[in-house]
Amino acid sequence: MNARTRIAGLFRATQALALAAALCAPLLSLAAPKATGDFGPPKGAPIKAVLTSPPHVPPPTNRNYPAKVIVDLEVVEKTMQISEGVNYTFWTFGGSVPGSFIRVRQGDTVEFHLKNHPSSKMPHNIDLHGVTGPGGGATSSFTAPGHESQFTFKALNEGIYVYHCATAPVGMHVANGMYGLILVEPPQGLPKVDREFYVMQGDFYTQGKYREKGHQSFDMEKAIDEKPTYVLFNGAEGALTGDKAITAKVGETVRLYIGNGGPNLVSSFHVIGAIFDQVRFEGGSNVQRNVQTTLIPAGGAAIATFKAQVPGSYVMVDHSIFRAFNKGALAILKIEGKEDKRIYSGKELDAVYLGDRAGPNLAAVTTATTNAAAGTLTVQDQIKAGQALFAGTCSVCHQANGEGLANVFPPLAKSDFLGDAKRLVSVVLNGLSGKVTVNGKDYNSVMPPMNQLNDDEVANILTYVLNSWGNPGGAISTDDVKKVRAGVPAAKGQAEH
Amino acid sequence: MKRLVAVIALAAVCAAGHAAEYAKLPGGRFESVLPQGAVPTASTPVDIAPFAMRVTPVTAGEYAAFVAAQPQWQRGRAARVMADARYLAKWATPLLPGAAVPASSPVTDVSWFAASAFCEAEGARLPTWLEWEFAAAADATRTDARRDPAWRRQILSWYEQPTAAMLPAVGGAPNAYGVRDLHGAIWEWVDDFNALFIAGDSRTQGDPDKLKFCGAGALNIIDRDSYAVLMRIALLSSLNGADTTGSLGFRCVRDLERTP
Repeated sequence: MNARTRIAGLFRATQALALAAALCAPLLSLAAPKATGDFGPPKGAPIKAVLTSPPHVPPPTNRNYPAKVIVDLEVVEKTMQISEGVNYTFWTFGGSVPGSFIRVRQGDTVEFHLKNHPSSKMPHNIDLHGVTGPGGGATSSFTAPGHESQFTFKALNEGIYVYHCATAPVGMHVANGMYGLILVEPPQGLPKVDREFYVMQGDFYTQGKYREKGHQSFDMEKAIDEKPTYVLFNGAEGALTGDKAITAKVGETVRLYIGNGGPNLVSSFHVIGAIFDQVRFEGGSNVQRNVQTTLIPAGGAAIATFKAQVPGSYVMVDHSIFRAFNKGALAILKIEGKEDKRIYSGKELDAVYLGDRAGPNLAAVTTATTNAAAGTLTVQDQIKAGQALFAGTCSVCHQANGEGLANVFPPLAKSDFLGDAKRLVSVVLNGLSGKVTVNGKDYNSVMPPMNQLNDDEVANILTYVLNSWGNPGGAISTDDVKKVRAGVPAAKGQAEH
Repeated sequence: MKRLVAVIALAAVCAAGHAAEYAKLPGGRFESVLPQGAVPTASTPVDIAPFAMRVTPVTAGEYAAFVAAQPQWQRGRAARVMADARYLAKWATPLLPGAAVPASSPVTDVSWFAASAFCEAEGARLPTWLEWEFAAAADATRTDARRDPAWRRQILSWYEQPTAAMLPAVGGAPNAYGVRDLHGAIWEWVDDFNALFIAGDSRTQGDPDKLKFCGAGALNIIDRDSYAVLMRIALLSSLNGADTTGSLGFRCVRDLERTP
């Protein structure tokens, strides 16, 4: 059999298999249940779904049969604080942003009632991503103010799903806070955990700048340009910080249901200092383990679980990090309990690190010392040695360019405070505290005595200072330092140090 | 007390007794935010015939006079298929608005059928969407101020406030045609509200032959800045003829003879 006939033979065999599969398929589908997640008609008395506002999550359904579940969700347009002193008119599902958390079991028949409060200006509807059907329910739930719509769906697929309003202009309804999460539990329920929380990110577009006070209106231009003023967890800056931080205890397992309402941004969700043991990313059934940052698409969600091990405040952020620190995407999870030094020690050392003194940089100092011993020390040697020493000891405050820091550390560059050799040496050895005026500006801080420096070092540093940054030049000798030091009681200098 | 009620009722009836004030609008070539031609993305201007429009929305007092004269439109008597359960729900009695609904405020919680009947009784009709949009395009000085962001901002600022428990009296500042309260007061019924093509799910309008219009983020609306107007269309298209809401009232128009 040559290669060609072998391939032809294979082809025929494949065809035959495909034919067999096609014939068998109808039989197989007859034997199988009607659809995945359809566990038959609802049983028992209808159950009214428990709805919770964020960050709370309704209790597990704890059911082993499909039921008829009635969801009553009310749309309310209301003005709430988006940031301290900043009001915004939100459109809400259930009075909160994000909207009420809905929890059902796979196979449940959900009778959904969408009520639009009579005080509403706008008609609204709802698209639940957990619904199989046109518009996810949106086509059947368009509801005028003061009216109610009803539709029913079977929750065929388990998972965590976003719901949102889909009334024109859709983006505006979403940007005003019209989104939330619905959890469809698998038939056996989710593994038991100690804490469950509901966190949902959204981006907001206001006429005024970030934190500009007063009532702020929606800005369509910014929304179209995808340039949010705020990126928030749970609809307000500070919704999950301070007293409102979510809490857990050491040893507890925490499950976060994290959604992203958008309308525009994708979230790089991260908890600083924690690693998610498990993430059901994109809300799907696959589990990813040991995750640092999980990507949550707009109109998507995830379930993240981890064990609280070390007490402290854990900051939840969108790791597109400017959003966290400049647009509000910040929440706190406070873990309380006993420290476990085996896992995390806390700060064990706080010491000065003089990186610039290391190795090669000190070559100039060595040269200066050698030349001084040989009696051939030049001002240039001193300047070079002083530069290396200055970088290690002095530049932290006076800065490498000698400019100091405005209002805190006085400049050495072109400083009118330098004075004669005696004064200079004295300041280095004795330190200086209290008010001084340098180049016409007042400074009131403390320079500690630098008497750990030897005479050569002080002389070289000061010579470097005198010959740098437009200062007048000159040289300080080891003898100059020696004389001043002789006049200083060593004990005093030490005491102030 | 009874006497006071009688006086109020009389006042209401008298108010309605005066012929309602109408302003003349010249009509003319007009570009609607809704596509009027075969191509949904291209503007097709239409000609609007001259018409006269009520200067203010119909007030609760005027409506009280109407139900007094036409008892079949009183709350409790109006057929449920013509007016839903919320019809005039805030009124103190089927005949009188009462303290919670000032007689000078726009009547709301009225159905399209009821509004049409009122206008007919006044020898008028409900405006078409195009007539309403034409009149509402004006600001105080210009007949078409729609390009001005301030015009849009004024509309949106009203959308942002949930409906007040008590609506203010009619009689806001007149626009260039002398018509008042088109923005910032209430939603208003139009005659052809059912023909405004926004489906319940505004994103599914992909079939241009069927719907000619896509509300999804105003993609197919001719001018994307028109979303403020789009929202009024969205409200109207969420309704059935018997529906009523607390922020929805109406005004009437009359045809005008073209200038001889």
